[in-house]
Amino acid sequence: MALKLDSKIPAGELAQKWSNHKAAIKVVSPANKRKLDIIVVGTGLGGASAAASLGELGYNVKVFCIQDSPRRAHSIAAQGGINAAKNYQNDNDSVYRLFYDTIKGGDYRAREANVYRLAEVSNLIIDQCVAQGVPFAREYGGLLANRSFGGAQVSRTFYARGQTGQQLLLGAYAALNKEIHNGTVKSYPRHEMLDIVIEDGEARGIIARNLVTGEIERHGAHAVVIATGGYGNVFFLSTNAMASNGSAAFQCYRKGAGFANPCFTQIHPTCIPVHGTQQSKLTLMSESLRNDGRIWVPKKLEDVKALRNGSKKPSDIPEEDRDYYLERRYPAFGNLVPRDVASRAAKERCDAGYGVNETGLAVFLDFKTAIERLGKDVIKQRYGNLFDMYKEITDTDPYEQPMQIFPAVHYTMGGIWVDYNLMTTIPGLYAIGEANFSDHGANRLGASALMQGLADGYFVLPYTIGDYLSHKIQAPKVKTDTPAFDEAEKGVREKIAKLLSINGKQSVDDIHKRLGHIMWENVGMARTKESLEKAIAEIKALRKEFWQDVKVVGTADSFNVELEKAIRLADFLELGELMARDALNREESCGGHFRVEHQTEEGEAKRDDENFVYAAVWEYKGMDKEPEMTKEPLNFEFVHPAQRNYKD
Amino acid sequence: MSCFLSNSSLGRKLVMSVSGCFLVLFILFHMSMNLVAIANAWGNHPFGLNYDAICEFLGTNWYALAGTLVLAFGVVVHIVYAFILTFQNRRARGNVRYEVTVTEKGVDWASKNMLVLGIVIVLGLALHLFNFWSKMQLVELLGHEPENGVELIRETFSNWIYVVLYLVWFAALWFHLTHGVWSMFQTVGWGNDIWYPRLKCIANIVATLVFLGFAAVVVTFFVLSLV
Amino acid sequence: MNFTLKIWRQKDAKSKGAFKEYHVKDISPDTSFLEMLDILNNDLVHAGEEPVAFDHDCREGICGMCSLHINGHAHGPEQGVTTCQIYMRQFKDGQTIVVEPWRSAAFPVIKDLVVNRSAYDQILQAGGYISVRTNSVPDGNAIPISKADADESMDAAACVGCGACAATCKNGSAMLFVAARVSSLAKLPQGRVEGARRAKAMVAKMDELGFGNCTNTGACQAECPKSISIAHIARLNREFLSAKFED
Repeated sequence: MALKLDSKIPAGELAQKWSNHKAAIKVVSPANKRKLDIIVVGTGLGGASAAASLGELGYNVKVFCIQDSPRRAHSIAAQGGINAAKNYQNDNDSVYRLFYDTIKGGDYRAREANVYRLAEVSNLIIDQCVAQGVPFAREYGGLLANRSFGGAQVSRTFYARGQTGQQLLLGAYAALNKEIHNGTVKSYPRHEMLDIVIEDGEARGIIARNLVTGEIERHGAHAVVIATGGYGNVFFLSTNAMASNGSAAFQCYRKGAGFANPCFTQIHPTCIPVHGTQQSKLTLMSESLRNDGRIWVPKKLEDVKALRNGSKKPSDIPEEDRDYYLERRYPAFGNLVPRDVASRAAKERCDAGYGVNETGLAVFLDFKTAIERLGKDVIKQRYGNLFDMYKEITDTDPYEQPMQIFPAVHYTMGGIWVDYNLMTTIPGLYAIGEANFSDHGANRLGASALMQGLADGYFVLPYTIGDYLSHKIQAPKVKTDTPAFDEAEKGVREKIAKLLSINGKQSVDDIHKRLGHIMWENVGMARTKESLEKAIAEIKALRKEFWQDVKVVGTADSFNVELEKAIRLADFLELGELMARDALNREESCGGHFRVEHQTEEGEAKRDDENFVYAAVWEYKGMDKEPEMTKEPLNFEFVHPAQRNYKD
Repeated sequence: MSCFLSNSSLGRKLVMSVSGCFLVLFILFHMSMNLVAIANAWGNHPFGLNYDAICEFLGTNWYALAGTLVLAFGVVVHIVYAFILTFQNRRARGNVRYEVTVTEKGVDWASKNMLVLGIVIVLGLALHLFNFWSKMQLVELLGHEPENGVELIRETFSNWIYVVLYLVWFAALWFHLTHGVWSMFQTVGWGNDIWYPRLKCIANIVATLVFLGFAAVVVTFFVLSLV
Repeated sequence: MNFTLKIWRQKDAKSKGAFKEYHVKDISPDTSFLEMLDILNNDLVHAGEEPVAFDHDCREGICGMCSLHINGHAHGPEQGVTTCQIYMRQFKDGQTIVVEPWRSAAFPVIKDLVVNRSAYDQILQAGGYISVRTNSVPDGNAIPISKADADESMDAAACVGCGACAATCKNGSAMLFVAARVSSLAKLPQGRVEGARRAKAMVAKMDELGFGNCTNTGACQAECPKSISIAHIARLNREFLSAKFED
């Protein structure tokens, strides 16, 4: 049975859709809100802002996170900024322009209505955050400052030094704390959702594991919101936090929620290159560096050789022997092309043998010109903390020598399918932020992830969830002693018991690293039919090996990090295959998804708008069974998909 | 409001700060009075001041007694609060301590040892009360004739043991004040990154003045006893 | 590089812990401290032993999850960084490294090097926010804020809530953490509105949770991975005392 996908996009003019929709959907009276329970899983920008706003409205909210405090969710690591169409810079920005840039940046694989709504509420987010005490950067006149970001020709990014994500999250976390204080929200830190409970086809609650005691708990609610972020850690090495995982989203998929465009992965162009086999994660250097930094590799292969054997320093290579390849290929946007374009261009140069470090997998990001133009002090003011961080990690001073950078997995645009109300294919189950698929298409623009998380949590979900809950006002408290809960808990306990009983020879990390390698080589920046088929076969084999040979020490009823990692890896081993399948299905190149078979003569991504203007939504059929794909056609009523052009 | 001085950490700190400030002022006064004794010992009477006259003036008049009571109260409050704070702080620290400890960068030794320094100061104070106060104000209170101040000083500091003990005492006081003086400003909220170096400088000056002022009396009379 | 590690092992909150010695070999100087522990843990798993539990997440110095006391220093020997930003090149080959959990009554050990820092959450829940509702706010540019004030607010807001301040303080005081939040909001006009209420509520909660009394040693700012100044403590003192005297 194929999934029934009703995107519920309201009719009417683009700019009126959201207002019309808000006017049309139902609301719940304050007296009834008190009787309704909502579970929010995850406390990043989406989860924290949603839980706080829902608590404020009067619902009973339970909020779960795997870290020891809601404040530690990985949204905190976002450096550069958050977009909004305020037009404070008077550079002719507008809601429409932000919408257009985002949909174009996403390579025309996102829903128009969702993206327009995102752009529309972006301004409210800035106001909200300022009121919460987020110390955004200011100009001397006391007004908010902006910076530029990739994929845009206007300056619309608001920032708080290099710690914008942290400050926005602290704002949302503060709002959450306010509601915890008021008693409308109850917080469950160090708790991991291990299953979603479905009854009569509707979400009824979750099974969670107390990560300190190992206790398995049942939590019932009238609606469940998944805000657990992306699944980039399927690659083992990524810029995601160590504990970031796709398991909560994957349980929803397993229980029947559609999973859309899983292959859309963003590879961020400016990360610190891999340095050794023992590396645990990759560090991102903010995209804002591309404002003033220029990316280059040598023009001559002999210079490359000299750099690698150390006989030349980058500063020894004269200007005329440098290939500023982004400026050369994309004169209009230069170093500020979108992420997917910049990443692929770096890969193209490195593949051609121009990579500048020993591994051949690095390009330069050079501030020489900017330092000459603006002075060291200005650069220090703008990027001081990033430069310090770079020096800390690499032991090289970026004020003296250019930074070395290379693309790394950063964000997953794909995720749980949701309709315009952010509800999944399971009634009562919602997905927000990076966990859903809705707004970024095939590539996300810089400074838009924070925007989407907060838009969903503050300004969209609190309205749309009322429409569903208005039908639940007669429903009693959800009972957790039902067969559905019994079964879900039993499944979780069996899975844990199984993992602990295998007692094989490989550690969880051993297998995770191998999975990451398969993914990066075959489902990474350049994908072919062969590589994807190979990946599917290899992942299947690795999954089998995992279930026969993994070694998980410790017990179920204690603080057991190895067990946590094993549970997550089990899901990654299925998710990786799903990503490869989706990539195999999508016989075109778009955004972060690059199929080598589909490129223009100049090596640019070649979209196929005849056959692939749809979201591929997958339905789970069993661990070793092929999932079934349903298409949600994307109707472009207001913008016309065109080849993305960042050249002129 | 009365209760926050005892049931709030910041209130308790305020009490320490204000009582400490009061004690610093008293010490400065005491020190300047002592300097008169030195001058007298050399036969000088600056501004016509006479140490014995001061001693008599601060004898058993009601204002001197009231001053003594207030002073004693200040000392007791400062000490009692110090013990309460330390007890609470040790409890807050927990039962298991670090295996390895270091002095963090920019942290003064004195700041971490205020209680120990304080105890040394109290012991010194006890000795001082025995040496002087008990033979001057106390005996007068009991209706006897007090001893002559300058003579008492001369006699006491001709003994090298007292000289050493008093110098140790003043050294402890120096350390205590180098932290205490700037810290009392911080506690009442007067401090920022520009003022910290200044406040610490003031603290060092005050502490050094107090040390030199008191030590001068001891050393002068010791040297005089030798010649 | 080779190292001898003396690591605190403790089964759970109720058990008694002890140091255990481990040896790690052939560590590249570019390995981060936590990656070195990963290597140790992977070896332990292969040997069938329970790996060392330690908190960590983002590994780029911003989430505040990592919390190790290394050779007498919260977050290791380097100043102004978190544990995850410590690299093995900062140690001497063959060195013995002592790794301990935060030691503070308010941060009980959960397991090995993992402690419970929920007390910090509770302090913020008591008042570390501006009471505004979603969507009932003026335009972002409606209230100009001087760059100096915004910058100072940001200095304080850089706090990652890792607990190093209380863990370092010989008095087990959480003042730097509380001060950072109070000061950050106090520097903004939006935060001034309930400034007095916030300072009182947060200090009361801090005291209730059993944190110690600040004695201005300044150890917290020396060990703070974000180098937050004790000038913010002075501001908290001001905020609190003026609030109390207004009562």
